[in-house]
This record gives sequence, structure tokens and C-alpha cells, in this order.
Amino acid sequence: MKGEGLRTPLGRIRGLGTAKAGTEHFWRQRVTAVANIPLTLAFVVIVVSLLGRNHAGAAQILGSPVVAIVMLLFILSVTNHMRIGMQVIIEDYVHGELMKMLLLMLNTFFTIAVGLASAYGLFKLSFGVFGA
Amino acid sequence: MAEGKAPQRPLSPHLSIYRWPLPMAMSIAHRVTGVGLYAGTLLLAWWLIAAASGPNAYATIGGFMNSYIGRFILFGYTWAILHHMLGGIRHLIWDTGRGFEPAEREFLSIATIVGSVGLTITLWVVGYFVVGGAR
Repeated sequence: MKGEGLRTPLGRIRGLGTAKAGTEHFWRQRVTAVANIPLTLAFVVIVVSLLGRNHAGAAQILGSPVVAIVMLLFILSVTNHMRIGMQVIIEDYVHGELMKMLLLMLNTFFTIAVGLASAYGLFKLSFGVFGA
Repeated sequence: MAEGKAPQRPLSPHLSIYRWPLPMAMSIAHRVTGVGLYAGTLLLAWWLIAAASGPNAYATIGGFMNSYIGRFILFGYTWAILHHMLGGIRHLIWDTGRGFEPAEREFLSIATIVGSVGLTITLWVVGYFVVGGAR
């Protein structure tokens, strides 16, 4: 690389740095955090409005386009946010390399599984047999 | 200088000698509520899958959430999500470089805890007395 011989260690880790991911992690945590604010408020309103409703009523509301889309966005943003957050916690407290790798993998599996399961429920409610 | 002996200097005081400042408690609460919400997504997935599965599955989760344990979990979940949201807004304010003065830090911490507890109680009052009951 051009000028590599003159680069200081500090200069070398700048840019994308040693993890090769740069500030993407930090930035994605902020982007999902900002997205979570209106989506969480909408989620709380949706849950409160469903309190005490029977299955037919709840299924109809959850499967209606606006509610389902907002819920899907909420799940997408939240599962991304919590995957990054839990990764930081694991990296803070777990120092054994093997255990850390296993937990980081489990974190990925869990967040994707729980997100996809929730999305599946919403899609089924939107397109499935309970639709109007 | 280079005698290979550790100089007998006083150790700097460690974290444990300080009283718990409120921003520190709020920082810990932010992480703890984050972990709680992480686990709580299992309830969200269960709820949505139950709704997609039919009346029986929906009645099962409804029965659980109506029990004392279920209500306790739901109350904790309500507080956790609101506290984490307000704590997150505080972090976003800090990200802009504002709010680091001692008085501002204290204010933001108090606003986080008072806001989350107040909003939680308000929501539950609304849930019980305004929306509540079978429909």
C-alpha cells in the first residue's frame, strides 16, 4: 500500500480499524435507537388498544395493513438493536474465547429466530385464514 | 530509577469508595432493562404466534398474562420498555455533545426514572380503568 512504511500504528487503525467494521456497529445502534422511539410508542398504543379483546377482534386488528406494517418495522428495528446490545454485553463480561464465540452465535440465532417467528405470526394474520 | 522494585505509592481510590451517583444507577438500569426486554421478545413472539394460531392458543396466553405472575411480568415489561426508551433518548442527547454538566446529568437521570415510573403508572391506570374489561 502507498505510504504504508510511514504510517503510524494510530494511522493504521483509523478508518475501518482493527475489527474491519469501523463505526458501523455504533452507528447502527443509533439508527435503530432513533427508529425504536416512534415504533415503541406505536407498539404500546397497539397493545393497550388490544387489551381485553377476544381472539377475533385482536387478530383482525393485528392483521390490518397499517398495524401489521408498524409491528413488522418495530420487530425489525428492535431485534437488530437488541442483537447489537447483547453483543456488547457479551463482549464486556465473557472473556473466554470459545464461550464468547458460542454466546455471540447464540445471540445471532436467538434474535433472528424471535424476529422471524414474530414476523411469521403477523404475516399469517395478514394473509391467513383469519383475514376479513 | 531502574531497581526493579515496585515503588510504594498510594493506590488511587477505586469505584467502591464512592456513593452510588444517580447517573451510574441509571446506566446500570439501562443495561438491565435492555436484557429484560431482550428476554421479553419471547412473550411478543408467543403472543403473535398465538394470535395467528387461533382462539385456543390466544386464550392460553391471555390466561397466563391475566394471572398475577403474568401481570407482574407485563408491569415490569412496561416499565422496562419505557425506562430503556427514556434512557436511550438521554444517550442520544449525550451523543450530540450536550447534557454533560453535573446539574444536567442529574436532571437527565431524575427525568429518566421519574418519567419511566410515571408513564408506567399512567399507562396501567389507562389500561385498567379506561380500556380494561372484556370486549
